Amino acid sequence: MSTLPADSVGLVTPQRHTFSEPLQLACGKALASYDLVYETYGQLNSAADNAILICHALSGHHHAAGYHSEDERKPGWWDSCIGPGKAIDTNRFFVVSLNNLGGCHGSTGPSSIDPESGKSYGASFPVLTVEDWVHSQARLADVLGVQQWAAVVGGSLGGMQALQWAISYPERIRHCVAIATAPKLSAQNIAFNEVARQAITTDPDFHHGEYAAFGVIPKRGLMLARMVGHITYLSDDSMGLKFGRELRSEQLNYDLTSVEFEVESYLRYQGQEFSGRFDANTYLLMTKALDYFDPAAAHGDDLAKTLAGIQASTLVMSFTTDWRFSPARSYELVNALLAAKKQVSYLEIEAAQGHDAFLLPIPRYIEALSGYMNRIEVTS
Amino acid sequence: MSLRADLEIIQQWIKPGSHVLDLGCGEGELLRHLRDHKQVQGYGLEIDPEKINACIQHGVNVLEQNLDKELNNFEDNSFDTVVMTQSLQAMHFPDRVLEDMLRIGHEGILTFPNFAHWRCRWYLGTKGRMPVSEFMPYTWYNTPNIHFCTFKDFEQLCRERGIKVLDRLVVDQTHKRSWLSGLWPNLLGEVAIYRISR
Repeated sequence: MSTLPADSVGLVTPQRHTFSEPLQLACGKALASYDLVYETYGQLNSAADNAILICHALSGHHHAAGYHSEDERKPGWWDSCIGPGKAIDTNRFFVVSLNNLGGCHGSTGPSSIDPESGKSYGASFPVLTVEDWVHSQARLADVLGVQQWAAVVGGSLGGMQALQWAISYPERIRHCVAIATAPKLSAQNIAFNEVARQAITTDPDFHHGEYAAFGVIPKRGLMLARMVGHITYLSDDSMGLKFGRELRSEQLNYDLTSVEFEVESYLRYQGQEFSGRFDANTYLLMTKALDYFDPAAAHGDDLAKTLAGIQASTLVMSFTTDWRFSPARSYELVNALLAAKKQVSYLEIEAAQGHDAFLLPIPRYIEALSGYMNRIEVTS
Repeated sequence: MSLRADLEIIQQWIKPGSHVLDLGCGEGELLRHLRDHKQVQGYGLEIDPEKINACIQHGVNVLEQNLDKELNNFEDNSFDTVVMTQSLQAMHFPDRVLEDMLRIGHEGILTFPNFAHWRCRWYLGTKGRMPVSEFMPYTWYNTPNIHFCTFKDFEQLCRERGIKVLDRLVVDQTHKRSWLSGLWPNLLGEVAIYRISR
């Protein structure tokens, strides 16, 4: 007897495909062969026009919906939006979610074995860009028999991939849903990423990225990286509501190292938990992909010109208290789409949760996403 | 679907295939009609979440943006027509919005209620209080309509700012025309639909 919720896609099994055609990368190197791990939910229709690609954010992966086993404590990371009758309705759509190249959840990445050396890639794994990801995703689409996505959907770094899809493969995407994202990182965004990278690379256990050979992981650095990252995902309001100045014990200890405030305890827990499950080289790689993303750079910094060729209709959504990718950053994208005379809608969702809001079931947000997705025409 | 009477009049003034911006687009009725019948590519600005959602559900391009803040994100002459229905009197700076409409669009179309209509005058004259009616149901302290004007006031502003009135249609609340309101528009007209340009 299944005890899984009725509106869940239920039990899912990740799939793996090995690509043996070399993939040329922006950095100049090529990957001779690589694996992509992915999950699918719903059925591809006979016209193959109902496929949705979900692109994950910095620390995401392919497990976006459903459960891997009856005992799994939590469903996939975007289960609130993907499932039968949900905003991305698996009764209508064939949903594909993958672990990006360079990831650490099964797709080929720095912790995978390099077939040439027989050892893990480690620091020798090539640096990837959002464009590289999109090209690798296009090959996955070919394998799945998807000529054109009904929509590519993503939040944060995932939104950048959705946008890059519209730019790189205009004829292969009908709708682009870019949530809590930006057309490029600001100096402040890059600065936070650099702090995270410094935390990792200065950890004595980092060993220039070859920590696997030493049988260690730079746990401390990863923990710090996650802690600083996590602060940028929340808002002052949401942290205030959640922790305020609550203390762990009755009074101040007047010592310099103990965990006294609840917020300290929370951040340490988040950092520790993360450092046990995420690969340090992948974290470096993902933050670099963020920093490098700047599609307009190749078009004289003219974003409208960059978007001139896109055919997709775009839905852009931002959240009022998101200061990592603020509403103003989304509006840069909207204005460029307007200047390029493209189909675009924009919503600024009132939400206290900061950047994290894009992962949360905020009623107005879900309703808008649902309304937009339901309008997408598919052959029934 | 039959179109709201004022929108029916407005749509006749919009050329097929043109580029239209609708300020305060509501549920996107006009833009939907123009898209389906005149191959118009349009965008609406709206701030009411319910109405924005209705636009999304109908596949109308809608942008969540407050007209009372600046419209600087829209480039000069980037639209053929900029429309604003029944919102002028609710703006903090109606003159700025008007200037923006004609900066962004080659033409502007707008509608607003006439505060000099004889019923308003009668109400104010006999009761000595701000007019409240079925058509203007708010009391003075909670009305969104903070800048009522008359047709004469509006046309005076247009003259001062060098704005040309290309067309003016004076109608009643149900957007019907009568020969009487044509004779004494500022006294007998309830709503005016203006087509303006530089």
